[in-house]
Amino acid sequence: MLNNYNSLAQPMWQNGPAPGAFYNFTGGQTPVQQLPRELTTVGPYGTNHSTAFSTTGTSVLGIRYDSGVMLAADTLVSYGSMARYQNIERVFKINKNILLGGSGDFADIQSIKRNIDQKMIEDQCCDDNIEMKPKSLASWMTRVLYNRRSRMNPLYIDVVVGGVDNEGTPYLANVDLRGRSYEDYVVATGFARHLAIPLVREKKPKDRDFTAVEASELIRTCMEVLYYRDTRNISQYTVGVCSVNGCGVEGPFQVNENWTFAETIKGY
Amino acid sequence: MFRNQYDNDTTTWSPQGRLFQVEYAMEAVKQGAATVGLKGADYAVLAALCRTSKDTNTLQRKIMPVDEHVGMSIAGLTADARVVCQYMRTECMAYRHSYDAEFPVRRLVANLGNKLQTTTQRYDRRPYGVGMLVAGYDEQGPHIYQVMPTANVLNCKAMAIGSRSQSARTYLERNMESFEDCDMDELICHAIQAIRGSLGSDDADNLTINVAIVGKDMPFKMFTDAENQMYVEMVKGMEPPLEADHDALSEEGMSDDDMMDHGPSSSGVPPNDISDMETTASTGGHDAH
Repeated sequence: MLNNYNSLAQPMWQNGPAPGAFYNFTGGQTPVQQLPRELTTVGPYGTNHSTAFSTTGTSVLGIRYDSGVMLAADTLVSYGSMARYQNIERVFKINKNILLGGSGDFADIQSIKRNIDQKMIEDQCCDDNIEMKPKSLASWMTRVLYNRRSRMNPLYIDVVVGGVDNEGTPYLANVDLRGRSYEDYVVATGFARHLAIPLVREKKPKDRDFTAVEASELIRTCMEVLYYRDTRNISQYTVGVCSVNGCGVEGPFQVNENWTFAETIKGY
Repeated sequence: MFRNQYDNDTTTWSPQGRLFQVEYAMEAVKQGAATVGLKGADYAVLAALCRTSKDTNTLQRKIMPVDEHVGMSIAGLTADARVVCQYMRTECMAYRHSYDAEFPVRRLVANLGNKLQTTTQRYDRRPYGVGMLVAGYDEQGPHIYQVMPTANVLNCKAMAIGSRSQSARTYLERNMESFEDCDMDELICHAIQAIRGSLGSDDADNLTINVAIVGKDMPFKMFTDAENQMYVEMVKGMEPPLEADHDALSEEGMSDDDMMDHGPSSSGVPPNDISDMETTASTGGHDAH
């Protein structure tokens, strides 16, 4: 149960266990897996960019309202600066309580989503109507991501986990590649963190939560702002909504583009 | 009859389709002091007869907390019980660490059943000689699960295991319908009443009743001596339950040979249960009383 990912520690003596590890008698348990060197070698500043090119998703925005959460992300997966895959869902329904919005390296998103889907299938196999709660999924992700980060082989992702628990209390959190997570009524990744969060915070009523109408209006405004300013997205986006009434991903929606103001720019 | 030929190994079947080693492990449970578990609408209660030793003045630990929302009481080999308890505690802890939530009791107990089952199917292991009543409270409500060395996991409204537990079971069966409506004190009194029937006349000095409770807004808690005493006093005023002499089948001192004709021991498991479909730990245990 307690994994010994001690690949950076030098063994104290030949053929013996690392401190704290169990001795591997022949024919006993399988030995601790040694990762190949290209994965464990530390790059400059602790980075580990491999030579393979990566496909990335841009911002995800999450807003919590009185009876649920909304997650929005555009439908683009970029290949560097190329807008390569233009109709990709980046907001996923995990189970009837949980939505996941993924940004960052999209291969890593797909990999961890596959893992999560398998967990949900295991839950179904238990056949006891107990479904995972969003807080538990977020906690599990922090453990996995922190472990990968500590082994110098991160999953390069920044996700928003949102949903409702059994009593209907909404939950919204952001988990990043280092295994850091925090909860708030508005969370975002990528450019939305800089452009959308201040916008939403400004509109937040002091003494109450957003209503569903306010939340969806804010989503619309923020996706519009992001489309004008982020150069790695497109105008089509999907919105996941999770509340006591149900959980699903709606869309795709289009940003109301209006570029006529461009003519007012000097030098246009 | 020829059971001596087929009882050396867990992995040897008898011609009648029985695993004698597993049945012998059940005997170990039968030898342990009685323990009772029951649940109401919001609480699950465990009561156990713990042996006091006049010389050392220590109580044999029969009720073991596992997590804030789960605890168990045991009958049988204490050493095996410690190992099993340690496993459950580790599982609960690991679940909390990963998922920041309580381990659903039903799944914890299913895991435990699966672990126990492997010991009934390996030539180099023996079954754990301990029977457990697991009491827990989670989002699905209060639970009482009976786990036996056969790896049977039964979801119970109330159950008693251990020596002379038949009278306790009879009491529970009679009063079962009223548990849903009982408040906490009444539930505890029922548990003590049930277990009083398992006190033989000689043992009254050597055995003390210990109670533990878990439930809504109440993490698993073993009562202090003072609290135990308070509830025992409360119950003493009530009508005495069935006497232990009526419990012929599980009296101490009966030889093994006599017992074998009756099939496996009378600790709540019906005969030939081992060949049942539900032997290996199933998550869908049936309700037993």
